[in-house]
Amino acid sequence: MKSFAYHQPGGIPEAAKLLSSVAESKLVAGGMTLIPTLKQRLAQPEALIDLSSLADLRGISDDGATITIGAMTPHAQVAASELVRGKIPALAALASMIGDPAVRNRGTIGGSVANNDPAADYPAGTLGLGATIVTNAREIAADAFFLGLFETALEAGEIITGIRFPVPLKAGYAKFKAPASRYALVGVFVAQLPAGVRVAVTGAGAGVFRVPPMEAALSNNFDASAIAAIKIDADGLTSDIHAEADYRAHLVTVMAKRAVGAALG
Amino acid sequence: MQISFTLNGRPTTMDVDPATLVAELLRERLNLTGTHIGCDTSQCGACVVHLDGLPVKSCTLLAPALDGATLVTIEGLQGAPGSNRLHPMQEAFRENHGLQCGFCTPGMVMTAVALARDKPGLTEAEVRHGLEGNICRCTGYQNIVLSVMAGADAMHAAKGE
Ligand SMILES: Cc1cc2nc3c(=O)[nH]c(=O)nc-3n(C[C@H](O)[C@H](O)[C@H](O)COP(=O)(O)OP(=O)(O)OC[C@H]3O[C@@H](n4cnc5c(N)ncnc54)[C@H](O)[C@@H]3O)c2cc1C
Ligand code: FES
Ligand code: FES
Repeated sequence: MKSFAYHQPGGIPEAAKLLSSVAESKLVAGGMTLIPTLKQRLAQPEALIDLSSLADLRGISDDGATITIGAMTPHAQVAASELVRGKIPALAALASMIGDPAVRNRGTIGGSVANNDPAADYPAGTLGLGATIVTNAREIAADAFFLGLFETALEAGEIITGIRFPVPLKAGYAKFKAPASRYALVGVFVAQLPAGVRVAVTGAGAGVFRVPPMEAALSNNFDASAIAAIKIDADGLTSDIHAEADYRAHLVTVMAKRAVGAALG
Repeated sequence: MQISFTLNGRPTTMDVDPATLVAELLRERLNLTGTHIGCDTSQCGACVVHLDGLPVKSCTLLAPALDGATLVTIEGLQGAPGSNRLHPMQEAFRENHGLQCGFCTPGMVMTAVALARDKPGLTEAEVRHGLEGNICRCTGYQNIVLSVMAGADAMHAAKGE
């Protein structure tokens, strides 16, 4: 690993100032994605800005119709949170399926959403629930946030401070794990909200995406049978050593049915 | 930069390059070679240590994270104070033949101790889910799972005494 300068800002404004003023600087949250990247020299920043001492970025708050999870809240804390388990159990379940216990103790929701790995779990929960990504500068709807392979709407120098999730009527998440990495080969998050049903898919393509035909069918009849006959076009889906695109397309329907089952369970 | 932390119960202060990994620091500067580096890509769990009581992968942890924290490595585990015995989880691995070459064992034991401490009455499924981040090339996991179940029972029995 190449050496770097290390900054530990005392507040969000200071972190933002460092990020925009220190050349070649990068934020580090849990480091579960960034540190492996540094070790492989896929990234060689001159400086790291560590968010870990910013207490304002940690914790989970109940705002009635929504829950806000601070960007630096680790996966394990979301999985164990009484509040999340009570109001959005599917999100707690999603967090409990990420990686392994050691990864869940360090990895954060902000890091996961900012990174937007095409097989990551939180992007599915965030898009599936129609959450809002809150940054130091503005609020961004999930629909406008995830732009494709590792790409997001974040501007240079922007810091995610938290994610605001609407409390759904019902929600479920089902993932077919890649056995070695435990990332999603295909993961589907289904949410029934007052405004309608949302279905978000991770792992299958270059980034998380919604499935409008399933959303329409489930809005009429929130039951797995309503989507059993809906097939996904394999065109543009990922083919790799783990699975071909047509198998991933097949898994989207299977996982979506299971997610509905989980939501009704 | 200078960092101060508690290492296996002892206050420790040292100067580190912030680009130092905790696994490296332990093995190369502190001579605590019980923490193993199996993959160095965050996948195998041989390097698991407890940071403020939580199991984490020390090959994916930068030294600055130790500042102000409490770190326990496999060398810091022990049986009842004054008993001169191994930790009940270590005893259980020995009794149940939970290791062959032993390379993965420190990480397995550290993960298992945290798992058992957090949850009394672990089921086999919970043990297997909890060990997902620890890879063993030798045993086929059967005896590791047995060891963890036995070690967990022994830990809770010892607490009840
Ligand atoms: C063995 C292993 C298995 C894993 N399995 C899974 C899995 O099954 N599912 C899954 O979803 N993930 C998985 N992960 C990834 C894990 O969830 C990471 O924690 C997550 O992707 C990144 O979070 P982090 O806090 O570690 O971020 P970091 O690695 O610290 O940062 C990642 C990126 O996000 C940026 N960033 C961090 N915080 C912010 C912020 N607040 N605002 C703006 N930018 C920010 C950083 O600059 C960096 O570019 C796995 C990781 C490992 C090592
Ligand atoms: S050496 Fe750290 S996870 Fe393998
Ligand atoms: S005992 Fe050899 S790797 Fe587990």
